[in-house]
Amino acid sequence: MTLDSKIPSGPLETKWTHHKEHLRLVNPANKRKYKVIVVGTGLAGAAASASLGEMGYNVLSFCYQDSPRRAHSIAAQGGINAAKNYQNDGDSVYRLFYDTIKGGDFRAREANVHRLAEVSVNIIDQCAAQGVPFGREYGGTLANRSFGGAQVSRTFYARGQTGQQLLLGAYQALQRQIAAGTVKHRSRCEMLDVVVVDGKARGIITRDMVTGKIEAHAADAVVLATGGYGNVFYLSTNAKGCNATAIWRAHKKGAFFGNPCYTQIHPTCIPQSGDYQSKLTLMSESLRNDGRIWVPKKKGDHRPANEIPEDERDYYLERVYPSFGNLAPRDVSSRQAKYACDEGRGVGPSGLGVYLDFADGIKRLGKKVISERYGNLFEMYERITGDDPYKVPMRIYPAVHYTMGGLWVDYNLQSTIPGLFVGGEANFSDHGANRLGASALMQGLADGYFVLPYTVNDYLAGLGLKDRVDTTNPAFVDAQREVTTRTEKLLTNKGDRTVDSIWKELGKIMWNDCGMARSRESLTRALQQIPALREEFHQRVKVVPGSGAEVNQELEKAGRVADFLELGELMCTDALHREESCGGHFRTEYQTPDGEAQRNDADFAYVAAWEWKGQGQKPVLNKEPLVYENIQLATRSYK
Amino acid sequence: MSHGNDSGNGNMKLTLDVWRQKDQQDPGRFVTYQVEANEHMSFLEMLDVLNQQLVSAGEEPVAFDSDCREGICGMCGFLINGEAHGPVRNATVCQLHMRHFSDGDRLRLEPWRAAAFPILKDLVVDRSALDRIISAGGYVSVRAGSAPEANSILVPKDNADRAMTAAACIGCGACVAACPNAAAALFTGAKVTHLGLLPQGQPERLSRVLSMVEQGRDEGFGHCTTIGECEAVCPAHVPLEVISKMNRDFIKASLTVREAVAESGG
Repeated sequence: MTLDSKIPSGPLETKWTHHKEHLRLVNPANKRKYKVIVVGTGLAGAAASASLGEMGYNVLSFCYQDSPRRAHSIAAQGGINAAKNYQNDGDSVYRLFYDTIKGGDFRAREANVHRLAEVSVNIIDQCAAQGVPFGREYGGTLANRSFGGAQVSRTFYARGQTGQQLLLGAYQALQRQIAAGTVKHRSRCEMLDVVVVDGKARGIITRDMVTGKIEAHAADAVVLATGGYGNVFYLSTNAKGCNATAIWRAHKKGAFFGNPCYTQIHPTCIPQSGDYQSKLTLMSESLRNDGRIWVPKKKGDHRPANEIPEDERDYYLERVYPSFGNLAPRDVSSRQAKYACDEGRGVGPSGLGVYLDFADGIKRLGKKVISERYGNLFEMYERITGDDPYKVPMRIYPAVHYTMGGLWVDYNLQSTIPGLFVGGEANFSDHGANRLGASALMQGLADGYFVLPYTVNDYLAGLGLKDRVDTTNPAFVDAQREVTTRTEKLLTNKGDRTVDSIWKELGKIMWNDCGMARSRESLTRALQQIPALREEFHQRVKVVPGSGAEVNQELEKAGRVADFLELGELMCTDALHREESCGGHFRTEYQTPDGEAQRNDADFAYVAAWEWKGQGQKPVLNKEPLVYENIQLATRSYK
Repeated sequence: MSHGNDSGNGNMKLTLDVWRQKDQQDPGRFVTYQVEANEHMSFLEMLDVLNQQLVSAGEEPVAFDSDCREGICGMCGFLINGEAHGPVRNATVCQLHMRHFSDGDRLRLEPWRAAAFPILKDLVVDRSALDRIISAGGYVSVRAGSAPEANSILVPKDNADRAMTAAACIGCGACVAACPNAAAALFTGAKVTHLGLLPQGQPERLSRVLSMVEQGRDEGFGHCTTIGECEAVCPAHVPLEVISKMNRDFIKASLTVREAVAESGG
């Protein structure tokens, strides 16, 4: 199959404007005759539901949490990028575009990233108008902070709770549409399959997580905004419920999966403290504005941090990357932390940690300013670790945080299944092989407020009002039966292993063999272990004595882990096939003499879009070449 | 790395009396469990350990809500010995660590108790009433695409900071659970104050407060009698002041509406 990315022709700067001008429209009086399903209520999902509802469509919205306000966008701390150039420091749409392409190690689509940079300014306007309480200067204008991978200050923030405030803005807009009757929302309702009729996405199958009822919902288009799949690793900064089921089920129904191996390991997370640990907690990248990262110069130096004199400390990011220093991009910073710990210079009881030290920042700016900027993060750190970061440096270590990969989409954010659109982290589109800090919020809202409303509109205009399907169609009946069978099988399996024990085992395989560093050897090993573990799951998993017709959290988890066990294999397959290093994908065989990622543009400047061929069959690789018309591929340097 | 624990080695044996209730119809009861924990665990990780034991023994695990486990999503929350989110102030139960407990402690775990929060199972309650309060007016009506340039509306830093303090509410419902009247005044006041402090929130300020307060009443939340338990348990530090701001707006709005009705001859 040839992948058509539908990138408009013409100069980069006018592609989106020109494209928008030619997208088809639906008459306002006809909009209410169409139904659109939106799954997920994070930034992309809530913004899309609210916008489509406001336009007049009938929207059906779903989330697995008890309220749309809980979606994991809420946990983003540091900020959102926008090319406003309020600092007069030389920022522009082009620079944000270029920084994002470069940050992604030249593995993202030019046209998508440029559009993202263009609409970034509208996002700030929209959110400010919604009453998002952004940080302000004394004169009343919006304030900015710096983030990794950029030399301008373009990040807007609301204390250390930017994701929360942006999400609440979108959630409030969604609740307004719910009150207006344009959006019908279901909380605690999980999507378990997508229904495809005559090649087009026509609806979904869900399970009501309170009553256990399995239901079919028909629509004219389906939007998935269901987030990333970092929980394949068991331990990650994702929420406990974040899962890949929606996108994985769509993949098995024909949606190609783009670059599954591109995973972001965030450099500043609180280190793991024991085997019982259920998740990892991120400390915002914004802390690197005023915090300095270091390890002792000597191996095995177990003195407390404040007893290690200045000249025995290695501020390794400042040393290796003098021009970006502590604000080097995430993949680069994580790798350097790994090297320091591999050399035996890590700190803390496990030796898997580095210091993030605010002593200089406090000396320079005073405790009050530091507390204004990061107070809630310091508090969170102290609650978890019991240490006071005003007095002792934080200890941090990289952790799985974000997945750049996701369902393949064209320029219109439509997957390879017509009528199935994918927004936010769930798609693969804008971040290449590494996402820059403060760009996830930007992309989620760009997709939800400013891209999907146009492109879904266009699709529906093309579909017309005569082409209708309802849930009596055999495809719905079959899908509903299949979901019911799968659920019953999990409930009646008489095994002896808990879901968590298998999930943790998968996580260990993924972290050790497909984590911060990957090799042919480790990936080959993982590709033997994962199918065996999956077999073990289906033979030995033990769900619960409860029934399916009530709240059953073990059952929910079991279904998600079953899908992780398939997706994990695809991630390793993709990582093994990509014989280069780029961004977060670091193959130990392909590195420069000083340990940086070595790309192979001649052979791998493409998006790997994997096609499901059936259970037990090898997935097929489709390639979308990445064509750079406006920038030159360069070796990324932050030195 | 030791954080000073009463039992010395960081391990502890606990007795838990946990509220078990199969569904909304079941009357429910306390069931006692023994669990071993250590001081580095979060409270929810301790419950994870208990649930693994229960599943392995073929018993139904305790249902409880949680998602981000970073204290921001607002999904977790239950009472520990009668205190919303447990004994540590200004933290959600997912951020409560076991170092605050001692070997031999006996803890009673029960769900939020409020008429407006029906119990779905064990420690899980239905808080959708809070969503409906937001639906009644907790927003600024602005279409995507119609916003003016962000810096064309200046907001004094002090107002922006105070708005942020009110907007920090995570919607967990602890304020309702802690209130003897099961009022949602801190929750509603937080949104009314957040939007009321910003120029963007002015056009709908009066209608907002009237509709949100009315919705709260219809949902079965009680009236605020300024006891202050809500502020004491709020994990997001939302100050009690938001309730007085809401009351001020409410009185003003009520009078204005009466005036408007009189002026229109009604």
